[in-house]
Amino acid sequence: MLEILLDATVRAGTPILFATLGAIINERAGIINLGIEGLMLIGALSGFAATFVSGNLLFGVIAAFIAAFLAGSIHALICVQLRGNQIVSGLALTMFGVGSTALFGRGMVGQTIDGFERHAVPLLSQLPVVGKAFFHQDWLIYFSFLLVVKIWFFFYHTRWGLALRTVGENPAAADACGIPVNLYRFLAIACGSGFVGIGGAYLSLASTPMWIENMSAGRGWIAVALVIFAGWSSVRALFGAYLFGGITAMQLRFQAMGTTISAHILQMLPYFFTIVVLVISTLRLQKGASQQPGNLGLPYDREDRK
Amino acid sequence: MNLSFRIEKREQGSALFRTLATTGSIFIALFVAGFLLLSAGVDPAAAYLEILRESLGSSYGLSETLVKATPLIITGLAVSLAFRMQIWNIGAEGQIYMGACGATWVALFSGLDSPLMLPAMFAAAFIAGGLWASVAGLLRARWQVNEVIVTLLMNYIAILLTDYLVYGPWKNPDGFNFPLTAQFADAARFSEYFNTRLHSGFFLALFCALALYLLMERTIWGYQIKAIGSNPGAARYAGMRTGLAIFLVLTLSGAIAGIAGFSEVAGLQHRLQHGISPGYGYTAIIIAWLARRSALGVVIVSLLMGILLVGGDSLQLSWQLPVAFAYAFQGLILFFLLASDFFINFRLRRVKEVTDA
Repeated sequence: MLEILLDATVRAGTPILFATLGAIINERAGIINLGIEGLMLIGALSGFAATFVSGNLLFGVIAAFIAAFLAGSIHALICVQLRGNQIVSGLALTMFGVGSTALFGRGMVGQTIDGFERHAVPLLSQLPVVGKAFFHQDWLIYFSFLLVVKIWFFFYHTRWGLALRTVGENPAAADACGIPVNLYRFLAIACGSGFVGIGGAYLSLASTPMWIENMSAGRGWIAVALVIFAGWSSVRALFGAYLFGGITAMQLRFQAMGTTISAHILQMLPYFFTIVVLVISTLRLQKGASQQPGNLGLPYDREDRK
Repeated sequence: MNLSFRIEKREQGSALFRTLATTGSIFIALFVAGFLLLSAGVDPAAAYLEILRESLGSSYGLSETLVKATPLIITGLAVSLAFRMQIWNIGAEGQIYMGACGATWVALFSGLDSPLMLPAMFAAAFIAGGLWASVAGLLRARWQVNEVIVTLLMNYIAILLTDYLVYGPWKNPDGFNFPLTAQFADAARFSEYFNTRLHSGFFLALFCALALYLLMERTIWGYQIKAIGSNPGAARYAGMRTGLAIFLVLTLSGAIAGIAGFSEVAGLQHRLQHGISPGYGYTAIIIAWLARRSALGVVIVSLLMGILLVGGDSLQLSWQLPVAFAYAFQGLILFFLLASDFFINFRLRRVKEVTDA
């Protein structure tokens, strides 16, 4: 029972994990991205379509990354080069993603592919309780573990990571050090968006190997809230995403057990808990040392330097 | 010697230039959206002609445009009220649903009769929408919790709550198991005009625009909202209670969006059902952004969006396009508007750089 629940937790949490990691990269560079929901859909559709045409899952994942990378570049262009309003631009990206995937996804509705299969990691998958849930999974889940570590390493143990954090914290100082602020910001948004796209592709290639219009169903927004919960740290994002995977898994379990509680009420739980978690983490943020990038949400203009 | 461009700040261009830039960016957005249509196998020229013909080409089409504009005006006003204070109410969609639930509750279960029924429904919708938004208002005012995320997540909860009601306790027992409530009695319906679906809700929307204009431009409270919006620090220093104002503005914004839900069930649907708003609350964000602080602007932009939605509905039928494709249009329009802002606020100047040998 616990094993099944843990397994469902990891599988439900993974798309949110990718999306949260992508959003963290965006916000570390100082740019809010409210287009996560739209990017997930773009990733889900392009990943599915590429796999459907080529029959190759890896192509699907790459296509999802590239499509979301390109869509994220629109947001980057507007926020960085054109110094537009980041909130409006992000909402526009979500709207664009919802609308364009509905339009282009018409031909993919009802098609099926062979999704990702599970591969057991030797030894580790034999661990009691957690073994099956974490180490008898598909390649994308193993990739998400790797990405968590990679991003942590990138931010805290590489020069580029330090430069990127400086750009988000204090772009004027970064500029004075000779760091190309706009280039860093642009690439951070585009690459972060690409990872969000892989999160979308997890939905259409692994969770349910098919394309359903609007299949992200608010997970992108949950990811935006989880960034704050995670305190902009990739490792804590892992816990946040699995927390929500767990709530989703339990809700599905309740439904499967044939509870008398309405399915509609149960489906509210992840959204409700996201709000609760957001409140708690906002409170914590104000008490302790804030991890929030200092210049989050502000455009950088060399002429405005103080 | 090589040529390059330098970005310079400028005073905002003239009103004429700003209007031209805004209109121009909408046309460019429609042009780009044409390629989107083209790649989906739809002839854009024919599609745009059809949009115009369906929405403006007949008196019925015109009335439908006004019908679509009605909830857009009301929610657009709601969102723009919060915008004035730099508060983002992304939750108008959910507030419409809650307003509709409140109004439906009164219509089906209060047992009131003619003169009292509609005012009671109005009040219930106003309160339901306001209470729903007040949660985000309280969290934002008290603990600085990000209102964008809270209002947005509450949309999902509101829609699920409505579904719960129409699939469960409020389902019409004689409705063959469809997710609908019973039809409203005549006392709970707006009057309709000219043999079309145009209903009193449109006039209610215009009244809301007037009321909001007076509130913002002719009262101290409106002045305070604007002051807090443009400089919260200075407003606090001047003794204004910014926290309370944030709470009240978000609550009022939600209450106004709730009126849109009332207008939809009393004027158009005459019952509560799944999906009563196809995203009016999201379109309202664009409307508020486009209208730039003006109640009259909200009315005008809502009418334009009404054209797009009526035309979009007809395209869905004739070309089998999904309902959500209108969002792609709206997203593109926003992108190009943001880009046009840049050209309003900055100018590109060619500079000749002399490179030292």
